[in-house]
Amino acid sequence: MQILAAPYKSTAVAAGSFESIATITVGVGGSSSETFSSIPQTYKHLQIRFITRSNGGAYNPTIRFNSDSGANYSWHYLDGNGASATSGSGTSDTSIILASLDGTASTFQVGIIDILDYANTSKYKTIRVLEGVDKNGSGAVDLWSGNWRSTSAISTILLTFSSAQYSQYALYGING
Amino acid sequence: MPATYEPIATTTLGSTQNQVDFNTISSAYTDLVLVFNGGLTSTGDIWLRMNSDTGSNYSRTRLTGDGSTAASTRNSATSSIFVSAGTVGATANAIINIQNYSNTTTYKTTVSRFNSSTFAVASVGLWRSTSAITTLSLRADSADTFTSGSTFTLYGIKAA
Repeated sequence: MQILAAPYKSTAVAAGSFESIATITVGVGGSSSETFSSIPQTYKHLQIRFITRSNGGAYNPTIRFNSDSGANYSWHYLDGNGASATSGSGTSDTSIILASLDGTASTFQVGIIDILDYANTSKYKTIRVLEGVDKNGSGAVDLWSGNWRSTSAISTILLTFSSAQYSQYALYGING
Repeated sequence: MPATYEPIATTTLGSTQNQVDFNTISSAYTDLVLVFNGGLTSTGDIWLRMNSDTGSNYSRTRLTGDGSTAASTRNSATSSIFVSAGTVGATANAIINIQNYSNTTTYKTTVSRFNSSTFAVASVGLWRSTSAITTLSLRADSADTFTSGSTFTLYGIKAA
């Protein structure tokens, strides 16, 4: 069946329910971290969609909220590397690990970070991540969860991706 | 702020069908999201192909859970990206994310989830081409078909 992708009117996604807040596109010099600040408190959830390539060797990028560098974070992951499935975790950490990047040239890793109820001031914040990279013979896909033990509303997000040119991080707000 | 998550096209099958194509995809968005809800009549395998490229330019790494075992497998140098995990008959869902689909600098990587009555699957796929994606094809195996009533919707997401 051939479907021409012409504009389509639908109520599947309510107008205005998913809005772009800010986008960081990495230029020729690369970047060592990415910050979203002054995040509006008017949405129900946040989503970060990224495409990235390491600007150097292998490392684990992280996420931190409101410049809190205390040991208030924990995380778990489920990893599939094409041969086996493994799981790991970290507790009382100073940030949440988001991925594992290896710096392979020309190969970009993609992912989606969901930050639920980020403006709520009554509960700790939990995030989930789906990310991965495939290199035609190697690579991995991962599910991550993370927790920030704070009831503060999230107004600043620090990502520590060491990014090569063409990497991009887009922050969206989702209305409730 | 303007809406940035928009339905581009959709279809609901009135009869069994082997393949559904989304053609002439606008480059006006940053990411694409392809959502499938339906079933298959035979092998239960679903494949994604870009721009009708039938070369061995695709690969995929997946993570599966079937209720008793967590496992990971890989397909390399295939003629499309394997999306599913062999579910026949029962309704299944696939949500496929395609970031920066219209850029002409990088290979295209997808991340997807597939859920059915028998499997939970997370996958990452690669199309080794720097071409902008203008056509997406979701297809069953050659001897298989999507069941009548299956739905396919393509969304576009615009970044700021």
